[in-house]
Amino acid sequence: MYDVIIIGGGVVGSAIARELSKYDIKVLLIEKEDDVASGGASKANSAILHAGYDPVPGTLKAKLNVRGNEMFDELCKDLDVPMKRVGSLVAAFSQDEVESLYKLYDRGLKNGVKKMSIISADMVKEIEPNINDTIVAALYAKTAGIICPYGFVIALAENAAQNGVEFIFNQEVMSVNKEDDIFRVKTQDREYFCKYLINAAGLYADTINNMVSDKHFSIHPRKGEYLILDKEEGYLANTVIFQVPTKMGKGILVSPTVDGNLLIGPTSEDINNKEFRKTTAKGLEKAIKGAKKSVEKFNERKTITQFTGVRAVPDVEGEDFIIGESDVKGFINVAGIESPGFTSSPAIAEMVREILKEAGLNMVEKDDFNPKRKPVIRFNELTDVERNELIKNNPAYGKIICRCETVTEGEIIDAIRRPVGAKSIDGVKRRVRAGMGRCQGGFCSPRVLEILSRELNIDPLDVTKFGGKSNILTAKSKEYVINACKEILKRGV
Amino acid sequence: MMEYDIVIIGAGPAGLGAAVEAYEKGVKDILIIERDSYPGGILQQCIHNGFGLIEFKEELTGPEYAERFIEKVNEYGIKIMLNTMVLNISSEKIVKAVNQEKGVMEIKAKAIILAMGCRERPRGAISIPGTRPAGIFTAGTAQRYVNMEGYMPGKEIVILGSGDIGLIMARRFTLEGAIVKAVVELMPYSSGLTRNIVQCLDDFGIPLLLSHTVIEIHGKDRVKGVTIAQVDANRKPILRTAKYISCDTLILSVGLIPENELSKSAGVLLDPVTGGPIVNESMETNIEGIFACGNVLQVHDLVDNVTKESRIAADSAVKYIKGLLKQEGKFINAKAGSGIRYVVPQIVNYDNIDDKVKFHMRPIDVFKNAYISVKSGGREIMRRKMQRMTPGEMILIEIKKDKFLDNDLHPVDDITFEVEVV
Repeated sequence: MYDVIIIGGGVVGSAIARELSKYDIKVLLIEKEDDVASGGASKANSAILHAGYDPVPGTLKAKLNVRGNEMFDELCKDLDVPMKRVGSLVAAFSQDEVESLYKLYDRGLKNGVKKMSIISADMVKEIEPNINDTIVAALYAKTAGIICPYGFVIALAENAAQNGVEFIFNQEVMSVNKEDDIFRVKTQDREYFCKYLINAAGLYADTINNMVSDKHFSIHPRKGEYLILDKEEGYLANTVIFQVPTKMGKGILVSPTVDGNLLIGPTSEDINNKEFRKTTAKGLEKAIKGAKKSVEKFNERKTITQFTGVRAVPDVEGEDFIIGESDVKGFINVAGIESPGFTSSPAIAEMVREILKEAGLNMVEKDDFNPKRKPVIRFNELTDVERNELIKNNPAYGKIICRCETVTEGEIIDAIRRPVGAKSIDGVKRRVRAGMGRCQGGFCSPRVLEILSRELNIDPLDVTKFGGKSNILTAKSKEYVINACKEILKRGV
Repeated sequence: MMEYDIVIIGAGPAGLGAAVEAYEKGVKDILIIERDSYPGGILQQCIHNGFGLIEFKEELTGPEYAERFIEKVNEYGIKIMLNTMVLNISSEKIVKAVNQEKGVMEIKAKAIILAMGCRERPRGAISIPGTRPAGIFTAGTAQRYVNMEGYMPGKEIVILGSGDIGLIMARRFTLEGAIVKAVVELMPYSSGLTRNIVQCLDDFGIPLLLSHTVIEIHGKDRVKGVTIAQVDANRKPILRTAKYISCDTLILSVGLIPENELSKSAGVLLDPVTGGPIVNESMETNIEGIFACGNVLQVHDLVDNVTKESRIAADSAVKYIKGLLKQEGKFINAKAGSGIRYVVPQIVNYDNIDDKVKFHMRPIDVFKNAYISVKSGGREIMRRKMQRMTPGEMILIEIKKDKFLDNDLHPVDDITFEVEVV
């Protein structure tokens, strides 16, 4: 019996898990995929810490964005997650658009955003020499930043696990019942019990809510397509370059990533099916064309990968976040967390903590809570003296597995063995970047597969790309031939 | 700091060939650095035959071809440092490498031969839309799984691109009992060798669909199928020709890229067309004493030509160490004219030519009954009849030293290679 069960291992679920791990309560997080940040919006988004001038003043979005943004310095320090406050520009390429900048600026002021200014074309050029010459002015917000989105979620989850939160993967919640003030949460394989249930199921938060509450809502998927360009193109942007927003979102951006690549996108398209997460020729073209409005110079042929993210847009008035105890006591919705959900996540976690307190959960702070999380050692970032020390103690750090990103076997083993460790090729990739470079795993994936098979003590045939039935290999060599021969013999030909 | 006369990066055919040649030419203090646990490079996974026809006048498999050089290297006692990854090369010819026994080490070389080979273009490089399931492999990765690890990456297969590795893998999969449904090629011609189309596709009844491409990948966990379509003259898909093919695996054989990240760290200038270093007749890069050969320089069709190139690089490195390679002289630019995609070497130092210079090039399209004409300032200095030219087959043109002279017997400034169709 748990005090709290959190459904969903995205950034919101993981931030709540980490917040709750500060208290002497029994917490479980249930995730339907094989890893945190591997299903929906937390895996694939713009990787931006928004400053907070976008949301309408007075909304939860506005409040939690600004507060969340402020919390990242300490969090990233504690969790040792790379984050850079590179600042953001909303670039206006015509006089009409300049008007919108002032509106955004006013909003920002009302929302309490600090270090904002509207700057001239010359000043923009100074910050972004590669921005198109048609630039007229920009809203510059210094508090905006870039971060590795799944890296942050993994760090939150690891730290939560370190502090006692339990994680269950590959379990999809099939039904929830409340009996005698206890929630009975059934997954496909078993059931779990708790006093308080938190719905952080992202795109599927409507399904979970509608299992419990009579007040139904629905979540609409809004798809965005992105491209990631080789690090060679990374120099083209120093800040996050937005365009003037539309009602479909913040528009197409051009941004450096925290690892030094160039990110462009997203498009914005409402779709019918939540699983419809594919890229399209049209979408990618649109993203490229849109991004060229800001920075013409990038070479789209330097694309190393493309992906689709899906935002969870709720069908409630004002399109605000849905956060609070529902009509069912003890059932707390944290739903419709679209942009700026990532930035807001730590503030959402604080808010949920307060809601739980008010709802009657007895929360006593632990005296042994450890806010620090030891990161994966990154061989690539060490000095030669540090590298040699490391290899002497553990020779696995002397064996480079991913040559594009210089990732050693030691790092991969660490990624698998640490709390909430990697169980699949993509899990390893998200933790240590093996396979994320220009060759996209062509060289290292057979070796990563071998290490996963050995470390997890599973057959190579059972190693998956991202859990489920995403197996990499289908048979041993000769197996098809042998089976065909057996077939023929059986038929007596 | 360790010191060697010649440090060779990579123990594939180029690296091994260069080591043997340099040793035989008198430089014995050689180190080969190899990231894998066994020398031979990509040849080790090429268990099909057809290697060595030019070099040894017989048909060898990849490992057999490699073994001929490995035996020589062992016989000569040339040092190979295995399981060692080079992290960086400086323009002062200091190589930084790492392995499990020695940790990070620095090695000073009098000459360096770059022989790192190439890598395959991944899915992202060609932007195929659709989902991102398991079951998408490059042909080389699939080859490694089947031939070295002993596993099959799929049962029902579609291959995109008709590069040689893709063609070879079509046959390999078939022999292993998988079904290759089609090889889909964007261009109106195959980018592989004709002999591979015959021996790997035709002999097994595997259809080759020219002027076609994959326009979407389907499947959530694992590939379920692909949609293919014919493309028009501008390579845009024609939707009314679209067709769904169910399969569990998509193999990409869509081109190779010379692996030059280390070269860049040393300040070596690259040719934007080949992706390899810009070199002169001696296979020397813009950095004095750094040479390049094999697929790191330009992607070859035949390993035999890699071996030939490695000999030139090794000879030059030996000359360089002995102070016999001229850095000053009369330089001639070799240019790709109409119909030609690139020419290697790009620069010739007339004063370093012994007898002749061998140029490698590829045409931009298929040409029949055409000539390759070499011109300098409007004057034709050489002409060669070609039955058939295709981008999938590299062309070799040798030019004698005296041909580089103009009417006044001065070396010309540049020469241009052109295709002339009759």
